[in-house]
Amino acid sequence: MTIMRIRFASLIDPAFVASAPVHTAIVVGGGAALVSAVIGVFTVMRGQSFAGHALADVSSAGGAASLLLGISPLAGFLVMAALAGVGMELVQIRRARERDLVTGVVLGAGLSVAALFLYLDVTSHSTTGAAITVMFGSMFAIPASIVAPALAVGAGSLLLVALLYRPLLLSCVDPELAAVQGVGVRVAGLLHLMALALAVSLCAITVGAILSTALLIGPAAIALRVAKRPGSAILLAALIGVLVTWAGILLAWDSYDWTPGHGWPVSFFVVTLIFMLYVAAGWWPGNLSGARGTRIETDARRRSEG
Amino acid sequence: MCHGSEVLDVDGVTVSFPGHTVLRDVGFAVRAGQFCGLIGSNGSGKTTLLRTILGFQKPDAGRIRVDGASGAGAIGYVPQKLVLDPYLPLRSRDLVALGLDGRRPGLPFPSRRRRIAVDAMLSAVEAEPFADRRIGDLSGGQQQRVLIAHALIRKPRLLLLDEPLANLDVRSVAGIVALLHRLCTEQGIAVLLSAHDMNPLLPVMDRIVYLANGHAASGSTDEVVRGEVLGRLYGYHVDVVRVHGRVLVIAAGSPEESRAALSRDPVHVAQIP
Amino acid sequence: MFASFMINTWLVATVVAVVAGCVGFFVVARGASFAAHALPLGAFPGAAAASLFGVDPLLGLIVAACAGVVGIVWLGRRERHEVATALCLVMLLGVGALFLSMTSQYSQSVYALLFGEVLGVSDRDLVSISAVGGACVLLVVLLFRPLLLGSVSAELLGAQRLAGRHMELVFLAILALATAVSLPVVGALLVFSLMVGPACAARSLSSRPGCAVLLSVGFALVTVWAAIALSWESDWPVGFFVGALGVILYGLGRFGTRVRILSSLDDSTC
Repeated sequence: MTIMRIRFASLIDPAFVASAPVHTAIVVGGGAALVSAVIGVFTVMRGQSFAGHALADVSSAGGAASLLLGISPLAGFLVMAALAGVGMELVQIRRARERDLVTGVVLGAGLSVAALFLYLDVTSHSTTGAAITVMFGSMFAIPASIVAPALAVGAGSLLLVALLYRPLLLSCVDPELAAVQGVGVRVAGLLHLMALALAVSLCAITVGAILSTALLIGPAAIALRVAKRPGSAILLAALIGVLVTWAGILLAWDSYDWTPGHGWPVSFFVVTLIFMLYVAAGWWPGNLSGARGTRIETDARRRSEG
Repeated sequence: MCHGSEVLDVDGVTVSFPGHTVLRDVGFAVRAGQFCGLIGSNGSGKTTLLRTILGFQKPDAGRIRVDGASGAGAIGYVPQKLVLDPYLPLRSRDLVALGLDGRRPGLPFPSRRRRIAVDAMLSAVEAEPFADRRIGDLSGGQQQRVLIAHALIRKPRLLLLDEPLANLDVRSVAGIVALLHRLCTEQGIAVLLSAHDMNPLLPVMDRIVYLANGHAASGSTDEVVRGEVLGRLYGYHVDVVRVHGRVLVIAAGSPEESRAALSRDPVHVAQIP
Repeated sequence: MFASFMINTWLVATVVAVVAGCVGFFVVARGASFAAHALPLGAFPGAAAASLFGVDPLLGLIVAACAGVVGIVWLGRRERHEVATALCLVMLLGVGALFLSMTSQYSQSVYALLFGEVLGVSDRDLVSISAVGGACVLLVVLLFRPLLLGSVSAELLGAQRLAGRHMELVFLAILALATAVSLPVVGALLVFSLMVGPACAARSLSSRPGCAVLLSVGFALVTVWAAIALSWESDWPVGFFVGALGVILYGLGRFGTRVRILSSLDDSTC
């Protein structure tokens, strides 16, 4: 098949292998995917998919601000996401429905600020394309100077997750079980949101704020459909996230030849691959009977519907 | 007591989910004006049985007839553990009105007939003091009264309640039981109420359906709540102790004691797989 | 700002506010926050795709929003609701990213679709938006009681022989239409704020459902009119003002609830 031939040709295509932007994309994109997938497993188990998506969208205000102030976009995304995370955790609400409402309102507030900053970007700096870049990212246009701080951010959030592994798991199952063992449930929740902010800002510079959700929720959802234990779910999600991102980068590079003149965006390939894998996971043996997810996330779901 | 015609007839109903059978060959009947308690511990299948009667769940075998027709006619239903949204702008009387026409299209125009029906229902369940309060602001017992009114306003002949007494304080329990008994006898409704503790219902129960191990024994309290009958259901030796008009069902201390007791007992015990 | 070419804009804004106020009431009552945020966001590439195929953008929005609804319901059968919504959203956006890269859409129109814009509106657009908006409100009116009962409990609906699942699908379809109508004026990202802010304020001020819906519409009208006027004067985006007013109205709602709880007399009898 022509597509297969093109793909393998690219792999040995010296231009692809030698291209510096591709290197950066693979390193930063792969790192972002890895971090997001790992944290995403916890996010999905805790029933906080909306919060994860909201943090990503709100971080776009930070991205827009960074263009305005001339600071590093990574810093901009990160600070905004962290602020939003703190804000969401501070407004302490028990009922899941009301929590979603607050998440949405905070999201609306953040987006209105993003609207303003992007508008100011265009008028003051005449930065056209700001909206598209901030929202949808530009995988092949990541400046090499970002690689080191990005990897530091990624390592930091993975470290946070490793430290919080057992308390986070326990508070997923039942916050009271965790509290009894002296786990600061609110602190754990806040730290989870901070780890989320780190992951989201990493993604924002690669696939854009809006599509960070794909890397956060997608691999995690696929892994949780298949794996029975949280540990294997995390490993599987990380594997899926990284492979899907690298495949997306490769396909996007290829696509310059498919429609002459411009390539298809990496985010499109990433999302399509994730969606296809998710549907395929539905046919995994053990899922055919309709059993839903691991035991832990079933209980967590029951919690979040309370 | 003189009871009316058969309102609910459950015949040979079996319901199973992948992995285990919840109800096996369950059969009983409830007549108009009868107060029937569906007793069993948590997980014994009470909710499944009620949902099957309502038609939410299809049985693998058996037949259910309500009010002479198969397939449910108008059944009043008070679900289990309803968590009401504290912010929803809906008053008690609005929820009761929705019981009357919750499925009708169009806007509810003010209608004298509806207002009279709602007022009558609210007074029947003694909910007038909190008729204009938001449903999310009500206490557990108040919520139950409003939900009962919601279920009864269309004048069904059968009222099903799923664990209405759980999480209520002692006073509220007595109040709800008395209310249901009054509605049962005054309006000739058949009441089927599930609970894990039969004691609050003993004064008013006409019939009992006892669920254990997926099997059911039905009859009057005296007929059913006996060691031999319950032992047969459980496949385990149980003693029934009556203290001051209250009933305690006590299992044998250990499997060995149970076997020893059963070997002394001449009554044949069914094999429970 | 009241020049003749702006009259249509004010009319469209009014239609949008009425739709958002009615539908938003149920978004809040049913707890459909994520869907109400995800559907507009997922639908916005539909407008971009529409221009690619030379079709009316409103139609593109409706098609994309309905695709989102179908996806959410289909995935939601075997997956929890919010994960299904997230996956559907990113799928739509991924396809949208593709369309955006193919069209010669300038960043400005992407910006307008995301954050709203005050523009002259043609008579034809006014008619089609009013028609779709009218259909939306009509559906809400027709299904008012089942929707309301469903927000209390799906089981109570079941007792009246209505399937909660069907009502959910119908509600999402109504939300999809409302989304398509509101998006061009306030922007994909702020449709949610217009639906939710007014409804939150309304529900804390009235205990009767009918009154609460009317209040919700009222607050939505104030929000949209103020946002357009302020946007006209300052040149700042409409979405900014909608988002800000949404937060204020939500805060008003929380304050109102607190006042109501403090001032209500406690008379618990069982």
